[in-house]
Amino acid sequence: MLPAAVSLSRDTGTVAPELLDDSWTAHPVQKIHVQSGFSFPYQNVIYESIRNTYFHVPMWFVLLFLFVASVWYSVRYLRDPNPEHDRRASAYAEAGLLFGALGLVTGMVWANYAWGKPWSNDIKQLMTAVALLIYMAYFILRRSFDEYEKGARLAAVYNVFAFASLIPLLYIVPRMFASLHPGATGNPAFGSQDLDNTMRAVFYPAIIGWTLLGFWIAELRIRYQRLYDKAIGLEG
Amino acid sequence: MKFFMVRIFSMIVLLLAISLPAAFAEGNRDFMRETGKINVVVAVILVIFLGIVWYLVRLERQLTKLEHLTKDDA
Repeated sequence: MLPAAVSLSRDTGTVAPELLDDSWTAHPVQKIHVQSGFSFPYQNVIYESIRNTYFHVPMWFVLLFLFVASVWYSVRYLRDPNPEHDRRASAYAEAGLLFGALGLVTGMVWANYAWGKPWSNDIKQLMTAVALLIYMAYFILRRSFDEYEKGARLAAVYNVFAFASLIPLLYIVPRMFASLHPGATGNPAFGSQDLDNTMRAVFYPAIIGWTLLGFWIAELRIRYQRLYDKAIGLEG
Repeated sequence: MKFFMVRIFSMIVLLLAISLPAAFAEGNRDFMRETGKINVVVAVILVIFLGIVWYLVRLERQLTKLEHLTKDDA
């Protein structure tokens, strides 16, 4: 049996006045929709570790920028076999590999506490591991020739293919399958759930900062290699 | 120089020895999960810091070798 109607009426009973004064209903709540200060999206499972967005995610941005620079100089080396181009291509690839490894390890640390285990054969984890292995093979290829020029030329060709496989492995294939990562199955990776405007104010400068750090490290490597090549008599 | 290198490496080993077991101890799960898993962020920053330091120290060692190489030539 259901009631036909429910009526509400003012309480006629006696409530202690001091109790009424203290209750939040005694004062109008103002500006409840206005956000003040710095805030983060507070999501289930992730909680405060959403700040890893400033560290784990920019690693992959830096990796992409460094690998783009690497393939750029590889193409330039193929057009003009100047050892300087080869030095730059290999140094950028090396720094990119460093940031890729850091991205993978930080991802595993985060995954351990967000997904339950460090490696869950997520499509993005697998494809990234494949991409990093492809780039590791680049360095093995470089060092497996006695003749400098032969190794540099083949490595440059290989780098173009490695880059061509990097884009589908990192940006296309993971979006075609179900993934634990945000942004799977065709959605943009950064919905409002994952990144609000206050986070963007930190996230974008963080990308710029990490990128500058990555290129600076690569630049140190290039300068070292330049001196080394000079010392062993490889000019250019 | 060699003494300096030994000091850097022992510092890194010390850092690792102190921080990593605390960060990854399976039996001590609450440490990583307390206060909204904020310590996961600490662990991630630590991994990045140690990774970059490792790379730079490696580069520095190569530079030292190069310095010796060029000194012999001159």
